[in-house]
Amino acid sequence: MASEPFIPFSSKSSLTCRGLSKIWAVGTPREHEALRDINIEIEPGEFVAFLGPSGCGKSTLLYLVAGLEPVTAGEIWSFDERIAGPSPDRSLIFQETSLFPWLTVWQNVSFGLGIRGADNKERRAVARDTLQRVGLSAAFDKRPDELSGGMRQRVAVARALAMRPKVLLMDEPFAALDVQTRQRMQDFLLDVWRDSGASILFVTHHIDEAVALADRVVVFTARPGRIKTIVSIDLPRPRNLFSPACERLRIELTQHLQDEVNRAFAEQEAFAIPA
Amino acid sequence: MATLASVPTEVEDAVPGAGGVVLPPAQRRRSEFLAGVLLPAQRLLWALLSIAMFTLIWEVCWLVGLADPKLLPPPHIFLGDMAEQAKYFNTATRWSIGVNPADGPSPYQAVLITIGATTMRVLVGLMIASVFAISIGVLVRYFLLFERLTLPTITLLSPVSPIAWLPVAIFLFGIGNAPAIFMVVIALFFHMVLATISQIDGVNRNLINVARTMGASKWQTYARVIIPAILPGLLVVLRMNLFAAWMVVLVAESTGVGYGLGQVIMMARNTFNPSLVFFTIALIGLLGFTFDLILRLVQRRILYWVPETVGVLRGL
Repeated sequence: MASEPFIPFSSKSSLTCRGLSKIWAVGTPREHEALRDINIEIEPGEFVAFLGPSGCGKSTLLYLVAGLEPVTAGEIWSFDERIAGPSPDRSLIFQETSLFPWLTVWQNVSFGLGIRGADNKERRAVARDTLQRVGLSAAFDKRPDELSGGMRQRVAVARALAMRPKVLLMDEPFAALDVQTRQRMQDFLLDVWRDSGASILFVTHHIDEAVALADRVVVFTARPGRIKTIVSIDLPRPRNLFSPACERLRIELTQHLQDEVNRAFAEQEAFAIPA
Repeated sequence: MATLASVPTEVEDAVPGAGGVVLPPAQRRRSEFLAGVLLPAQRLLWALLSIAMFTLIWEVCWLVGLADPKLLPPPHIFLGDMAEQAKYFNTATRWSIGVNPADGPSPYQAVLITIGATTMRVLVGLMIASVFAISIGVLVRYFLLFERLTLPTITLLSPVSPIAWLPVAIFLFGIGNAPAIFMVVIALFFHMVLATISQIDGVNRNLINVARTMGASKWQTYARVIIPAILPGLLVVLRMNLFAAWMVVLVAESTGVGYGLGQVIMMARNTFNPSLVFFTIALIGLLGFTFDLILRLVQRRILYWVPETVGVLRGL
């Protein structure tokens, strides 16, 4: 399967991956290749969904972009800077709750400002402002365990937004939520995204979610993860997922994904049955 | 703002019973009364019942002749004559040459002094051990070189029985409070270091990664994420080690620290006085229970964010 043709480096892109590979646990019996030769360019303010079978390395790609893990080969650039480590410009939002349980909501939201050495007055002001943007002003003084799953994820989004990131990295952020809450969180995310002007990299294994949200959907192959194809979606938002256009997209993405899921299954079975 | 319109504030689906839900006043008063008065009273009742049941079994064994009162005196015997028991709690120097046996504290005062002395040794030892062990444990994970230089030795000394340290304590500190406290410290220290390290290793990776993406330095990550994250586990470690400290202090005291519960037990053994043994055991149990209760209350007060999973287990 051919990956995306080589894209020349452009300084205005918010994110550029060139020839990116990642091999985990190099030199150990558990060595395995997670990503191979990823080339992609993401524009400022673009919403890109990463779609692929589980274990295809899409989350790995987010960790590499966040700077939390070193790359094996290739390079990642963000606004003219080569990524060498984590940065507040690129905030990562996890699938499970990652709020600090011993801090109140406002302390969680302004955690990054505290790291920078901001005083409490500034922290409270920024937290108040950001919480208003995510519609959670009432939760200012609450503790995370007093909130529902959806509210917690919104606080996590607020915590990321408080750092005014240029890129938001989201690792299946709504996977643990029920269907109705997930729907509302998607609307919420689109509002936040339009407000912030940040690019969003959104990892999901949910085709509907990708169709509802993204400007472009990057479909990954099964392990090792390579870019199988990129599908652009030009429909206006909010999208009606029952419209013929969305239906066509869903069928197209399902077909792309089906091959890979089948391949992944066949591989797993081959591993499971001793020769 | 568009977000406000599209996302309702969702207060209604907050966790039931948590602070987010406002109960009607009557119901709230009821639940406060339940949590503040009824539940502790109920728990105390169960504790008493548990002890009463155990006592009953013992007494029945005595009644039917299974428990010889000279060897296994049941509670009504060893608790029956407190004044008699208290006489054995000699503090200080009554037996020394030139001291009038009638001088010194009264028997009941002596019991209190003995309890106080032992408790002090436990608490001081526990405090010293925790401060050292937690600091060393954090340093081990913080500096790789420190880990390589110290962790092998700590692991090596960890399985050594406190009994083996007893002669060392006496060589180093002679008799008195110091060797007893040393014994408590040395018995707890190595385990607590290892427990601290395993607590640090168990911190949720996501929390650490959040701090890293926010630009936290190593020091900030430890100070603001890892230390608060391991506090709940450390308090459990502390509670477990409180019991260990009570065990070790008896061993230490049995060798000659002047006075203490361990010495009373030793004297009871030497004078063949089973009643005194059981009386002292009852005192130790009561003290350990009380201190555990206090630590649990402290735990609930300062670690307000730790969910109580006991309720879930009860539901099984």
